[in-house]
Amino acid sequence: MNLLKKTLAAAAALLATTAFADINIGVTLSLTGPASGLGIPVGNQFKLFPKEIAGEKINLIVLDDASDPGKGVTNARRFVTEDKVDIVFGGSITVVSAAIAPIALDNKTPQLSIAPVGVPPAQEPWIFRLPQGFAVMAHPIIEHMKKTGIKTLGFLGYTDAYGELWLKQMTKDLEGTGIQLVAAERFARTDTSATPQALKLVSARPDAILVVASGSGAAMPHRALIERGYAGKIYQTHAAATPDLVRIGGKDVEGSFVVSGPAVVASQLPDSHPSKAAAVDFVTQYEARFGQGTVSQFAGHAYDAQIVMEKVLPVALKQAKPGTPEFRAALRDAIENMGRTIFSHGVMNWTKDDHWGYTKETGVLLKVEGGKFVVVQ
Amino acid sequence: MDAMIASILALDGLTNGAIYALLALATVLVFAVTRVIFIPQGEFVAFGALTLALLQTGQVPGTVWFLLVLTAAVVLQDLIGGLRRRQPMARLARQALRTMAWPVGMSALAWWVAPMNLPLLAQAALTVALVTPFGALLYRLAYESLADASVLVLLIVSVGVHFALLGLGLFFFGAEGFRNPPFWDVRFSFGAITLSGQTLIIFAASIGLIIGLWLFFERSLTGKALRATAVNRLGARLMGISSSSAGRLSFTMAAFIGALSGLLIGPTTTVFYDSGFLIGLKGFVAAVFAGLASYPLALVGALGVGLLESFGSFWSSPYKEVIVFSAILPILLWRSLRDPHSEEH
Repeated sequence: MNLLKKTLAAAAALLATTAFADINIGVTLSLTGPASGLGIPVGNQFKLFPKEIAGEKINLIVLDDASDPGKGVTNARRFVTEDKVDIVFGGSITVVSAAIAPIALDNKTPQLSIAPVGVPPAQEPWIFRLPQGFAVMAHPIIEHMKKTGIKTLGFLGYTDAYGELWLKQMTKDLEGTGIQLVAAERFARTDTSATPQALKLVSARPDAILVVASGSGAAMPHRALIERGYAGKIYQTHAAATPDLVRIGGKDVEGSFVVSGPAVVASQLPDSHPSKAAAVDFVTQYEARFGQGTVSQFAGHAYDAQIVMEKVLPVALKQAKPGTPEFRAALRDAIENMGRTIFSHGVMNWTKDDHWGYTKETGVLLKVEGGKFVVVQ
Repeated sequence: MDAMIASILALDGLTNGAIYALLALATVLVFAVTRVIFIPQGEFVAFGALTLALLQTGQVPGTVWFLLVLTAAVVLQDLIGGLRRRQPMARLARQALRTMAWPVGMSALAWWVAPMNLPLLAQAALTVALVTPFGALLYRLAYESLADASVLVLLIVSVGVHFALLGLGLFFFGAEGFRNPPFWDVRFSFGAITLSGQTLIIFAASIGLIIGLWLFFERSLTGKALRATAVNRLGARLMGISSSSAGRLSFTMAAFIGALSGLLIGPTTTVFYDSGFLIGLKGFVAAVFAGLASYPLALVGALGVGLLESFGSFWSSPYKEVIVFSAILPILLWRSLRDPHSEEH
């Protein structure tokens, strides 16, 4: 009997604390399953999330969606019906983000997606993305090409969605720059040879070639180009900005250019880059807790979520009380109107019409020198 | 396109075709002897290349653990089967020891020499020694008890084995790809064409293996026994040829050929844990071209697939696979019109 009383008392106390003006945040991440490699660092970063912002207690409710959109939906429903959250963070992969966007819309709850995701226009008002889109990453490449006098470009990319999205972006962004896309060839990660594609590209004689592939898969086409005697500039995309490119590519990738977000190369950023301070702060904190060299770009998005909350909560709190529909609406408006904000991953400027929002200052161009990535000044 | 480009493409196509030819031969061999359409053939290619890559970095390759797990599973299966049939313990123990001797011995050897950074050729030999036993073990674990099932059942089992090997490959080797150093790092230039040492090795190894296989089937008693099983299983059995040891032998040869192909292709491209499937599938297309029966036709088919792939990627790289795999349709049509046979159930 005594035990029951105690339990009831504890439960009542718990209810009381959450029922007050605490701010509840629902976080759904892929902490297990095939995409756990991306989700776990994000979860780590959320362990460093502040317990209090703007004088209000923050309840971070982190649930695992096992890389499964169905599970993500269940989590999101729990957030809105039981936990009465004020905002949802997640998912950490595109499919989960897309699956919970309708729930965020139905319950008029803002959603900060940690994965890049496209949604139908109706859902657009309530979702904001933390990762960069392709336009932001294409920008430094195109700027560098303009500066170095490149007139013709060849394209060698994956046959999958990643290659397709890049091709579309480049075709669009090259308009009016005077740079011509003279050849576009495709290959698959598991191909045994990219010699024919390289042959065709090299015979088109472009000034530069953009290779669109990820990780260790980006080295094979790169080497095929060099083997066929290509001497022009070779650019690689942000998915290739991993040590695997150099491990497989060796001396053949030497001197090529790779675009990347600023967070992962924090210490190397020039002082003029707006994200320098935020990126260094993120990396230092993360590595102090989880060990040297453990930092990944995905954890950076969680760090940026904290920056958003610190900026918008004081604004929204002036207008309504947490836990109410008015507060969620105020939160959404505050995010939309927060203006130019420095993230560890670049400079964010969400507006009514743009919920991707990164500005052109975001991407950083790196060069492979002596087997290392060096920021191009 | 001029003659220079055409000759570079032809060389590239023939090089890949030579690899597909080896896999096509293995596919034909396995099908002829056991009636298994061996889809996981390509997995051995990836295992071979990745095992060598990991030995190169001085690590004990995941293949070792994989092999030990598989061996343990087979021994367990034998023990349970033996106990059910109430066979004497001494015989069961002898059988278990026979099963374990080679895999465990080779694993121990790999464990011992992995950090020593042996010369490339020694590591290549060790790789073949590690991957080859997979063939017989897989056969005993997945196919032997179903040896008399229909081709369709065996095909479905193959699909299952393929997915199992793919998942385990990811677990044991990781998601990142590797590229091996060439066995012979030289380049010969003939005008515009550059012949690398690795290309020559691929051709030499393929031709050598094909001649070796021919001699084996024509001249050796074991080879003749395999051929007999291929022609008529029941008849061969009546003549005292064990169909299960024929099956084990053919799978061992398939694994050996797969591992060798992996070593050959490792230096020319980046190999991932899942690279093998498409390579094996192209070998399979070539084998289908030969009606899963004729070795010389399989060779011709494989070189054709290689050339088609290379010219296809030059003309229209986004549709390369579509071109290669669509080519199988007219061949299937031609084959079914040429030698119609009743459906097997």
